Parts: sequence; C-alpha cells; structure tokens
Amino acid sequence: MDIFLQQLLNALSLGGTYALLALGLAVVFSIIGLINFAHGELMTVTGYAICFALIWGLPFPLAVMAGLAVAVVAALLMERIAFRPVRGASGTTLLLTSFAVSAILRVLFQNLISARPIPVSIPASLSGVLTIGPLHLGMIQLISIIVTLVMLLGLNLFLHRTMAGRAMRAAAEDFAVLRLMGLRANSVVATAFAISGLLAGVAGLLWVAQRGSVDPLMGALPVLKAFIAAIIGGLGSLSGAVAGGFLLGFIEVILQAYLPESLLPYRDAFAILLVIAVLLFRPQGLLARKTPVKL
Amino acid sequence: MPDEPLLSIEGLTVSYGAVEAVRGIDLTVKRGEVVTLLGANGAGKSSTLNALVGLAPRKARRMLFEGADIAGQATETIVRRGMTLVPEGRRVFSSLTVEENLMLGGARHAARGDPAAVKADMLERFPILAERLHQKAGSLSGGEQQMLAIARALMSSPDLLLLDEPSLGLAPQVVDRIFDLIRNLRDRGLTILLVEQNVAQSLEIADRGYVLANGRIELQGAAADLRASPEIQDAYLGA
Ligand SMILES: Nc1ncnc2c1ncn2[C@@H]1O[C@H](COP(=O)(O)OP(=O)(O)OP(=O)(O)O)[C@@H](O)[C@H]1O
Ligand SMILES: [Mg+2]
Repeated sequence: MDIFLQQLLNALSLGGTYALLALGLAVVFSIIGLINFAHGELMTVTGYAICFALIWGLPFPLAVMAGLAVAVVAALLMERIAFRPVRGASGTTLLLTSFAVSAILRVLFQNLISARPIPVSIPASLSGVLTIGPLHLGMIQLISIIVTLVMLLGLNLFLHRTMAGRAMRAAAEDFAVLRLMGLRANSVVATAFAISGLLAGVAGLLWVAQRGSVDPLMGALPVLKAFIAAIIGGLGSLSGAVAGGFLLGFIEVILQAYLPESLLPYRDAFAILLVIAVLLFRPQGLLARKTPVKL
Repeated sequence: MPDEPLLSIEGLTVSYGAVEAVRGIDLTVKRGEVVTLLGANGAGKSSTLNALVGLAPRKARRMLFEGADIAGQATETIVRRGMTLVPEGRRVFSSLTVEENLMLGGARHAARGDPAAVKADMLERFPILAERLHQKAGSLSGGEQQMLAIARALMSSPDLLLLDEPSLGLAPQVVDRIFDLIRNLRDRGLTILLVEQNVAQSLEIADRGYVLANGRIELQGAAADLRASPEIQDAYLGA
C-alpha cells in the first residue's frame, strides 16, 4: 500500500511537471504554430536564477519569485528577439529558429556559467518525508502535485474569465479574425509567451527542487518528454497536453517500477514505443483540435 | 469637409505572388451610403475587402479612411479607427460562447461608447442570440452564426461596416432575414460596403454599386441604373 501510494505520487508529480511543460509548448503552438525547442532553456534559466539568488543570500521564497520572473522575462525576450522577425514563416523555419535559440543558450550557459552541475541548496523542510499514520510520503512530490494543480486551475480561470484569456482562445482558433476585433496581434503573442515562460519556470523550479542541482542541459530531456506528451495529446490542444503529460508520467513510473532490471535502461524506448502505438491509432493525438492552425 | 467621402481608394492592387486578384481599382463610399460590390466567383471581391482592412497584401496610390491614410496600417489599427469586416464564411470563434464572441467584438472599444449598452442593444436587436448567450458559437445554425458575426462586428460601433457575402449558403427565408437586418442598419444611418452574389436583393438595398470582373471594375453607377442596365440584366438577373 505504502509503495503503491508512493508510486502514484511519483507518477502524479512527474506527470504534472511534464503536463506544465507540454502546456507551455501547446499555448505557443496553438497561437503561432511554433514548436519552441528552446522551452527547455527557460527551465534551465529558472534553475540558474534560483541558484544564484540563493547564493546571493535571498530567502528561498524570494529566490523562487525571482526565478519565475526571470523565466517570464526570458520568454518575452525570446519572442521579441528571435521569433517575432520570423512570425508567419513556414513551420520548418520556426522550428529551426527555436533549435538555434536553444543551442545558443546552452553554449552561453556552458561558457558563462559552468559546464558542470551546480548544487542548489533546497531547504531541508522541502526534501523531508511526511508521515501520516502508516504512510511515508515524499514532501517534494506532494508539493509538486499541489503546485501543478494550482497552475492548471489558475490557467483555466485565466483563459475563461479574463479578456486576455478569451483573446488567446480566440487567437488559437482564428488569429486574423481576432485582429478584426481590434486586438493587437503582438500583445496576444506576447501573452502566450509570458504564460509559457511562467509554466516553464514552475516546471524548472519543481525539477531543481527534486534534483538539487542545475546544469546547462537540464531542460533538454524534460522538454523532449513534454514534446512527446504534447504530441500524444494532439499538438495545440491544451487539455490534450495536460492529459499527455500525466499519461507519460504514469507510463514512465510504471515501467520504472515493473520492468525487469535488465530492461530498465530501455525505459524511455518503451515509453516512446507506447507513444508510437497511440499515434498509430490516433495520428491526430488523443484530444486533437479539429481545425488546422491558421495565421 | 462634409463632402469628403468616408472611404476613398485609388489604384488598389492585390497580388498573391504571381496571381493578381485586384488590378488597380478606384472605390469611394460616402457617409451614410450602402454601396454594393458585385461580381462572379474569383472576381476579386473578398480580396478587395480584405485589402481594405489590411488582411490581404495590398498596394494603392491612395487609401483614405475618414481622411487618414490607412495604406500601411495594421488590421487592428484600421479596426480601431472605425472600419470593420464581417469576413466571408462568418468565422465566429466556434469554441467560445456567443457571449464571449460578443465580448471580444467590443473588447477594444470602450472609447467608442459603453460596451454594456452596446451589448444590451445587440441582444435586443438579435433575440436569437440573447437566448443562446452561453451556448458555443459553433453549435449555432448557419443563419444564427451569420447574425452573431454581424453582431460581433457591430460591438465595435463601426463607422463603416464591410460585409462579405452575408447570405452565402443560407436558406431563402434566412437570406431575407439577413437582408432585413442590413436594411435596418442602413436606416439607422450605418455606412455599409456589401459584397454579394445575390445581385437582385443587393441592388434593391444599395444606393450605388460596382461590378468587378477579373480584378477590374467593369460597371459602376447608381443601383437603379445598374438594375436597369442590359449587362446586369443578361448576366445576373436572367431577364
Ligand atoms: N490567399 C490567397 N492566395 C492566393 N490566391 C488567392 C488568395 N485569395 C484569393 N486568391 C485568388 O484571387 C482571386 C480572387 O479571389 P477572391 O476571393 O477575392 O474572389 P471573390 O470575388 O471573393 O470570389 P468568391 O465569390 O468566390 O468569394 C482568385 O483567383 C483566388 O484564387
Ligand atoms: Mg469572396
């Protein structure tokens, strides 16, 4: 029971992190048709910001806020500098641009900071174990799950209760007509990037809190997973991205727990096989949007 | 300058790569007028309307709206100035509710009057929409979606409304309702540029008309004269 519950928590917290990342990818993709492979570097930048804020002596909560703010600003800068000039270009051009941004940032992290992992001192209270009766539950996993739920709920409220949120949903459907409403294309796109930056920042925070270090390639693997999750869910569908993220988290944790030891190194390969199986039956993803993206 | 036209266009050209859809047309719309733009499929009607609001690649010697040059302006800027388009095929935001569609229509126009009052007025004018406020726009019938698309555009209290084939694909009774609505808007003093394939009804409602063919203006004049002209009689009215 104890182990099962702990695995469930692991799956929910890992899946939640993937869900946040996949959601960040989907928010941007649904509006400008860009798959942002530099999304992972937003996670990394958050990790470094938190790390340096702590070294500077800021208390943990303030360091977290600084990390998230840096993630949002970095996402906005990325849009302004790299993606706005190529807006409306072909999907391939956008994709290559995002690869370039990602590569440049990784090199900068390696040369300006360090190629090796830097430890981040997470407060001991976060890395503890919570004991409820007979149950021992990882504190950080519980926090991850709660933070993920709060983010999902907050984003949902934003999208449905605010004018900026409605504009984003409308832009995902028909950007040209949204401009006919007199709403500025640039502000809608900037909002999408700010949200994706915040989501990547929160994911980066959770990632660093679980692992206790930052390195230049920190964002690479989780964002690849998030990309897979977004594809499983149907690229551009926000609820699909969340579903895909949790599904991938569960698959990985189950494989980790039940694969024979000799097969464990192939865990990711098995996970990707399952993804291929999903796509064979539903090439458009689990919860795909009905209409293609229009610009 | 009371005599200056609301919209005055000279030498408008629209090209998509090698395809020249509109080849140097002149067009004016005076305040309070209903002007109709007629023509066969592919004549360049939609391209003209889209170019006016900056949604199609355009070149022109002169593009004045309310005396201001709109040639290089972004769609959202032109709309904020008071010209808006109800695009061909309605294009309501189908996953948003009727109410949200209306809200977005009025989102940027607090300066042009009280959005709540405009919305109340809209719901009074479109009781069908009032009954379906919380329904997804995509679940409305074609005619209801067209009403919503027009109401959404009116939420910005425009000075000039461009309508691209509002009767397209609708049953005859619904077409009559749409034309009643346009007549009603005209009677309230709204200036309208109407693109239609329904030549008989458009010329009945309009003050003036232009006939486009292959991106050029072939005929123009008062609606009554156009209705009586042999070209129109032969080509469109089947007399
Ligand atoms: N986005 C585009 N890219 C390339 N060619 C286009 C585009 N839009 C329109 N065209 C071409 O421009 C020409 C005029 O098209 P337009 O849609 O303006 O005609 P229309 O008069 O509105 O026709 P319809 O009555 O069928 O709506 C056509 O030959 C069309 O194929
Ligand atoms: Mg057309």
